[in-house]
Amino acid sequence: MQWETVIGLEVHVQLATQSKIFSGASTAFGAEPNTQACAVDLGLPGVLPVLNEQAVAMAVQFGLAIHAEIPEVSVFDRKNYFYPDLPKGYQTSQMYDPIVGPGEVEITLEDGAAKRIRVHHAHLEEDAGKSLHETFTDDTGRAMTGIDLNRAGTPLLEIVSEPDMRSAKEAAAYLKSIHSIVTYLGISDGNMAEGSMRCDVNVSVRPRGQAEFGTRAEIKNVNSFRFVERAIEFEVERQIELIEDGGKVVQETRLFDPDRDETRSMRTKEEANDYRYFPCPDLLPVVLDAAYVDHLRETLPELPDEKRARFQDELGLSAYDAGVLAASREMAEYFEAVKATCGDAKQAANWVQGELSGALNREGLVIQDSPISAPRLGELICRVMDDTINGKAAKQVFQALWSGQGASADEVIEAKGLKQVTDTGAIEAMIDQVIADSPTQVAQYRDAEPDKRGKMIGYFVGQVMKASRGTANPQQVNALLKKKLDALC
Amino acid sequence: MALEHADVLRAAHLARLGLSDDDATHYLDDLGRILEMVDRLQALDTEGIAPLAHPLDATQRLRADNVTEPDRRDHFQRCAPAVENGLYLVPRVVE
Amino acid sequence: MHDKTLTELSASLAAGEFTSRELTEHQLGRIERLDGALNSFITVTPDAAREAADHADAARAQGDAGPLTGLPVAIKDLFCTDGVLTTAGSRMLADFVAPYDAGVVERLKAAGTVSLGKANLDEFAMGSSNENSAFGAVKNPWDSTAVPGGSSGGSAAAVAAGLAPAALGTDTGGSIRQPAAFCGITGLKPTYGRVSRWGIIAYASSLDQAGPMARTAEDCALLMNTIAGHDARDSTCVARGVPDYTAELAAPLTGLKIGLPKEYFGDGLDPAVEAAVREAISVYESLGATVREVSLPHTHYAVPAYYVIAPAEASSNLSRYDGVRFGHRCENPSDLVDLYKRSRAEGFGEEVQRRILIGTHTLSEGFFDAYYKKAQQVRRLIRQDFLDAFQDVDVLMGPTTPTPAFDLGAQKDPVSMYLQDIYTIAVNLAGIPGISVPAGFVGKRPAEGRPVGLQILGTHFAEQRLLNVAHRFQQATDWHLRRPELAEENA
Repeated sequence: MQWETVIGLEVHVQLATQSKIFSGASTAFGAEPNTQACAVDLGLPGVLPVLNEQAVAMAVQFGLAIHAEIPEVSVFDRKNYFYPDLPKGYQTSQMYDPIVGPGEVEITLEDGAAKRIRVHHAHLEEDAGKSLHETFTDDTGRAMTGIDLNRAGTPLLEIVSEPDMRSAKEAAAYLKSIHSIVTYLGISDGNMAEGSMRCDVNVSVRPRGQAEFGTRAEIKNVNSFRFVERAIEFEVERQIELIEDGGKVVQETRLFDPDRDETRSMRTKEEANDYRYFPCPDLLPVVLDAAYVDHLRETLPELPDEKRARFQDELGLSAYDAGVLAASREMAEYFEAVKATCGDAKQAANWVQGELSGALNREGLVIQDSPISAPRLGELICRVMDDTINGKAAKQVFQALWSGQGASADEVIEAKGLKQVTDTGAIEAMIDQVIADSPTQVAQYRDAEPDKRGKMIGYFVGQVMKASRGTANPQQVNALLKKKLDALC
Repeated sequence: MALEHADVLRAAHLARLGLSDDDATHYLDDLGRILEMVDRLQALDTEGIAPLAHPLDATQRLRADNVTEPDRRDHFQRCAPAVENGLYLVPRVVE
Repeated sequence: MHDKTLTELSASLAAGEFTSRELTEHQLGRIERLDGALNSFITVTPDAAREAADHADAARAQGDAGPLTGLPVAIKDLFCTDGVLTTAGSRMLADFVAPYDAGVVERLKAAGTVSLGKANLDEFAMGSSNENSAFGAVKNPWDSTAVPGGSSGGSAAAVAAGLAPAALGTDTGGSIRQPAAFCGITGLKPTYGRVSRWGIIAYASSLDQAGPMARTAEDCALLMNTIAGHDARDSTCVARGVPDYTAELAAPLTGLKIGLPKEYFGDGLDPAVEAAVREAISVYESLGATVREVSLPHTHYAVPAYYVIAPAEASSNLSRYDGVRFGHRCENPSDLVDLYKRSRAEGFGEEVQRRILIGTHTLSEGFFDAYYKKAQQVRRLIRQDFLDAFQDVDVLMGPTTPTPAFDLGAQKDPVSMYLQDIYTIAVNLAGIPGISVPAGFVGKRPAEGRPVGLQILGTHFAEQRLLNVAHRFQQATDWHLRRPELAEENA
């Protein structure tokens, strides 16, 4: 039987506010346990929440970025359950009237085609604390868990997709799109290793052509792009095998174990949840007027989709190049700065994606850490374009700048004597010397069929370049060599 | 909507109140009569009436995104039943 | 000294008749002698009180005294008080020393008041008799066999017995007005959002409101000038100017339009209470007011709606008491669920457990629409009843309670106890202000009379008007000046 996979994602994005969603405690990562848990975060008797305006603005910006409806009124609800990392015994969230209504995100499929993934809604909520399973014991020697509530109350935007994805790759592409939108907007650092972006994946399978969905399993807390793909691949295979063996998929929560590369059921005795949602009486309805939303719309930065389109339409880049360069805000900004200095989008794109990306990858660096700034790289490209240096020398200059030898392309060119030789007399002298030193090759050239000679000229070019220590203009060398050799025939 | 013994135990579990069967029986009668009193509401036609969550028609005020709360861990943990290394201790949570 | 009103004491301190320290010692002495029998305080803070009194006297000597400087008050033990035991009347918080002050407590401290201690209450403010306190019932100073009312029963008893000239209470369904009526004092529940809830241990967040309890409306006005106003830490506390509540107290009542809700004079109202209230209303007529009957047609749905909304909010508000960060923790929990279940079963008393169970049940899957949503719809109808009535009249009047204080232990059935709050509970659902003023006594023999309260209701933010209407009554009557005879006082 042919199976079709159906995937929906719930992405939790930590918003990059300074303070928590309902209190004035810091959200900074990595502090000593419970030093950033104030009275409100601890849920002390008598404390009350007040909503952070920045969290609201960030949520609305995200909504606008995915072309979503922004309802005038949104309401906070309480989701009631007991867990030690949930200090009040309820999570303040938005169940019925979320801050962001339906929208959509465009992803690019492997074949380059675009697909729209619908977002059902996005809502604001507070994060929980963390349980630390170190070796604590109570008086009787019983094992204990330590609770750190620093993270409790950090603002989260939960982005809930429709079940529109049909493969692990689509899910990963969607997650990357969300990542690039939130980092473009600057509303999250998108750091998945620190948990700034976390994801629950709903997966089901159905026979191809069947309209209704199969029973889904929810895989909790998948925390990297790669794990999302692997978890889905495993889960799809598990469900298909289960059904083909005559079994049934049960609706349940599963955990992905990256070490074993499998998903497994969470506590089977887990009782059905009943969260008893009701409107939080300590918070009032959030009303956003049109002027406020319009103001945020006007101040939105250019988004990945818009950038990609502009890179293609205005700068003439290929769809592939535009996609790669627009994928992250930092990459796009770097590219645009290089382009501004050198004035040539294609050259800038080639250098950023070629030499620079290669070097960054080799050293495991991100573009913000590049030892060569965008203007420096732009200047280097200028020197190639104005024929001061040739391509080979340019790579030498790049390496020198990368390793910190010299502050600018010009300085390196000067210091290493890489300036291109374009003086015809000087090049001709070098050519004459090479011809004189290579009687065998000259003879071979002469004896060859005219259409084979083109290939054979390479040897002479190489020798002349070597004689010039790479500084001769290769086009000139080519042309002059051809003239001189053909004259000998 | 008559209340049953199992409903009391279910609510007690959701609310994490440790009730014995006898405790539940003890509460059942009172709770049943409270719900009976509450069921008077069903007599009223409320079709089309918007629920009222707050007595004033006010809207949420927003707080500037500033860090205003200093570290007061030691002060706040003075009333905590069990702490170690700044962490609140609970019986081992099995994931 | 203890027979004076807060306003009179303020004048005496200003005139140098005695010092705050002397007044404070006098009140502490009375508490020491008399409160063993009354049990109106859970915690008395003599050292802190003396220190605050000395501080107030020093400030006065520097010429830096306001109207409340040096005046002793009792604080319901539902308000967090920094460094002072804050129990909410519960075993759950029997050892809880609050690490911060409630917003209202900050304001009272800044105004120079002297806190005598923390007043007894029904556990987590759930009750109408003060019998639901983990620290024992409070006795009514007028009759030691009667309840003082609740939940602010300790606050009301302390003021009535002259242990404190004024107290802070909270009112979720009548918890200021009903004990004020039962104890023969004056108690104001302000408009929801008028006074900060920051630091008040929550019972039902959309209904809770703090207010003053004192001998007279004038005293309540004086306290309101300090406790009312915006607090940025409470999202539901309104940013709206605070008038001088004492400014209009003496305004004449000529032309005042009084509405008598016919539903407040129906079945279940004790005829003697009704007679006292009607007598009070005739006083208003003699002061130039006009009286007409009005209707609040949804009155009988108020108690049912309340017993959905308040327990639902309470069940959630009380989830934080889990034995982890503060409060009671059971011995040697075997696992997490055991920690929760035993800590909470041991820490919460019966009425609190009952309301948690009701709230949990009505919010749970399959019941939400039938109970919670329905109750909120009815809440809108109830509010509309009041808003409609206030189109035609300035204030509403009626009895605060259907009967005078009942006997300790007499109300065994929770439902009939809940139904006693029929005249007070709708006010919280609607969020309007209400005041109870002493309006006579009911009893077989005059010496054993139990006080009757007249309730006056106004539209949102009409506190100034209510205080004016109450004050003029107190200028014309002397019910508020009567004092109970305390057995121990004579001994």
